[in-house]
Amino acid sequence: MKPYEEVIPGTKVKFEMLPLPGGTIHMGSPPEDAQASPDELPQHLVTIQPFWMEKTETTWDEYDLFAFSNDILKKKREGVNLAQQQESEQQADAITRPTAPYTDETFGFGREGHPVINITHHAAMEYARWLSTKTGKTYRLPTEAEWEYACHAGSDSLLGAGIDLNNLGDYAWYRENSQAMPHPIAKKKPNAWGLDDLLGNVAEWCLDLYDKDFYKSFKPLLPVVEPALIPGAQKYPHVARGGSYDDTSAHLRCAARLASNPDWSQQDPQRPQSIWWHTDALTAGFRVVRPLEEQENLKGVRSQVKRND
Amino acid sequence: MDKDTKASSEGKRPRASRREFLRKSAAAVVGGGIAARWAAVPGVHAAGSDEIRVGLIGCGDRGTGAVDNVLQSAQGVRLVAMGDVFQDKIQASLQELQKLGHQVEVPETRQFAGFDAYEKVLAEDVNYVILTTPPGFRPWHLKAAVEAGKNIFAEKPVGVDGPGIRAVLEVAEQAKSKGIAIGVGTQRRHQTGYLETLKRLQDGAIGDIAAARAYWNQGPIWVHPRQEGWSDVVWQLRNWYYFTWLCGDHIVEQHVHNLDVVNWAMGAHPARAVGIGGRQVRTGPEYGNIYDHFSIDYEYPNGVHMMSMCRQIPNCENNVSEALAGTKGFCQVNKYTITGDKSWRFPDKDNRPYVQEHTDLIASIRAGRPYNELRSVAESCLTAIMGRMAAYTGKAVTWEQALNSEESLMPFKLDLDQPLAVAPVAMPGQTPLV
Repeated sequence: MKPYEEVIPGTKVKFEMLPLPGGTIHMGSPPEDAQASPDELPQHLVTIQPFWMEKTETTWDEYDLFAFSNDILKKKREGVNLAQQQESEQQADAITRPTAPYTDETFGFGREGHPVINITHHAAMEYARWLSTKTGKTYRLPTEAEWEYACHAGSDSLLGAGIDLNNLGDYAWYRENSQAMPHPIAKKKPNAWGLDDLLGNVAEWCLDLYDKDFYKSFKPLLPVVEPALIPGAQKYPHVARGGSYDDTSAHLRCAARLASNPDWSQQDPQRPQSIWWHTDALTAGFRVVRPLEEQENLKGVRSQVKRND
Repeated sequence: MDKDTKASSEGKRPRASRREFLRKSAAAVVGGGIAARWAAVPGVHAAGSDEIRVGLIGCGDRGTGAVDNVLQSAQGVRLVAMGDVFQDKIQASLQELQKLGHQVEVPETRQFAGFDAYEKVLAEDVNYVILTTPPGFRPWHLKAAVEAGKNIFAEKPVGVDGPGIRAVLEVAEQAKSKGIAIGVGTQRRHQTGYLETLKRLQDGAIGDIAAARAYWNQGPIWVHPRQEGWSDVVWQLRNWYYFTWLCGDHIVEQHVHNLDVVNWAMGAHPARAVGIGGRQVRTGPEYGNIYDHFSIDYEYPNGVHMMSMCRQIPNCENNVSEALAGTKGFCQVNKYTITGDKSWRFPDKDNRPYVQEHTDLIASIRAGRPYNELRSVAESCLTAIMGRMAAYTGKAVTWEQALNSEESLMPFKLDLDQPLAVAPVAMPGQTPLV
């Protein structure tokens, strides 16, 4: 496995993928951690297989190609015969794109080079499916376990290898230094495995449905291999990790879990509400991963959310 | 709080007890020529019941959303009647409300389809109507609802032309004299962050306001191209956003939110507007006759200018905001921040404004002090209409010209099967100022 740069086919937009070795970590919080919330307990062993992770949070530059059909518009401008493209492009073109957002989706925080915010779990899942179709590689959201594994970066410390409360500001945008806004990606130091902004800036969607008792279903001393709580048709709650620019350091821990809820769309005045855009999730974004070999229980998994369910 | 709300809570109208409210409302119903049945609804305690029985007029996605909001806003609220031009909209709305987990009891006998559906809903045993049809109909629905003595939650905008707004201003006064509560869907007026920010502005946090900006620049919204079998009128109703007679154009339908915030902060409405606009990208027939961008220079009576922009074109710089420059500081209203002598940032979490606007309205009804924000929102709507007229005609338009305009956009006669040509797109310098 090597780092590589993915150029989204037919465009100049690119992003970096970093390889992460497989391994076993203590997932969840140690019982002596006073900041641990009950949903982080009990701590249990988890084994992760090798995967690549996007070095940075996904930016509007990438997401706009999907969300506003800018890939298709570009091809039309360039006179591409859409019916005679290779199959992967035709399939990607056929994936349903988000409806129009209700308001300015960037909330004035900036677009180029800025992390995506305020999109639903469904939208992030569908973006990854579009990206996979276009590239022929398996891109998806990280499982909670993969995300936490990447955050620890080979150590057992609460904020990941080499990061502590004294130097957190060198690595992360959070309440103390963010001026209440998300920042362009990769302006801070990366973590020990080279990943930018894992903690802070925007919280990051994981693939899993949120269950506060999920960890209680495991035997603490027997490593769980690649756990994942596969999402169904429900719109909430899903997991977002890492804390955000608006959070205090207590939320910027590798083990801290955030669950989405209907308040994330409380300013969407329509019913049914948009399944693509939140209105009040200004602190949540995402990044993608690519498994070296997809785990069995995630093969073919895609969002089941529908507008009228 | 807006000035109308303040006026009523300061006691310009004598405070009425809840019993008085019930009596007055019942009298108003009788006065409207409709039987006062609602004082004796089965299953409801007799005199003194303060149950809110909601009638929904306009069962689209926003109407359905407003019902979801009102049902969460207070105890003792039920949806009892629904009306829409189209039966399928009523069905879809009912299904969605059930999916949201609401116990909705609207039997077929209280579902009404057709252009007269609003009259039938108003004739039912309801005491709170939600008006969420396309805005072109709003003045007529407001008038009928006040005549019927119903409390009202009306979505913005409350009118799309001068004659409509004149009618609404009259209705606002009638409602006050009848003790009818009217809330309008300018939810920023019920949003904690805005309220706290405006309070500071009114306390002089940035000194005197010297200049203002209001923007709603974003991408497009939904569109429903014509389907086979749809008459002219059916298509225009289902694709209502793109026809000025129904929508008012996006400066009125959407940008009114931002204009309303600046009017609220100024405590006034503009006296004059000059503007430009056009239809540069959205040119196909599915987009009817509205523009896709406007830029308006508004002038207030005290000489202060407001720069206004609104655009519905994708892949452009977005901006939905209101900002004020004062003699002692600057306020980015939508971010709830003040910089200057009295720098400040709203420190708390926002409330749920779309629920709060119903909570506030129902509380005012139950306290016997019905508030009525129709006049101030009607003025903000006319502000937007004045800007549209300036852009459409290319002329400077004064407040009086907009208010006294003889241009009624509503077709004289309306039934579902009649032919109805799409009015031509306005051309500055050619379209007359009427």
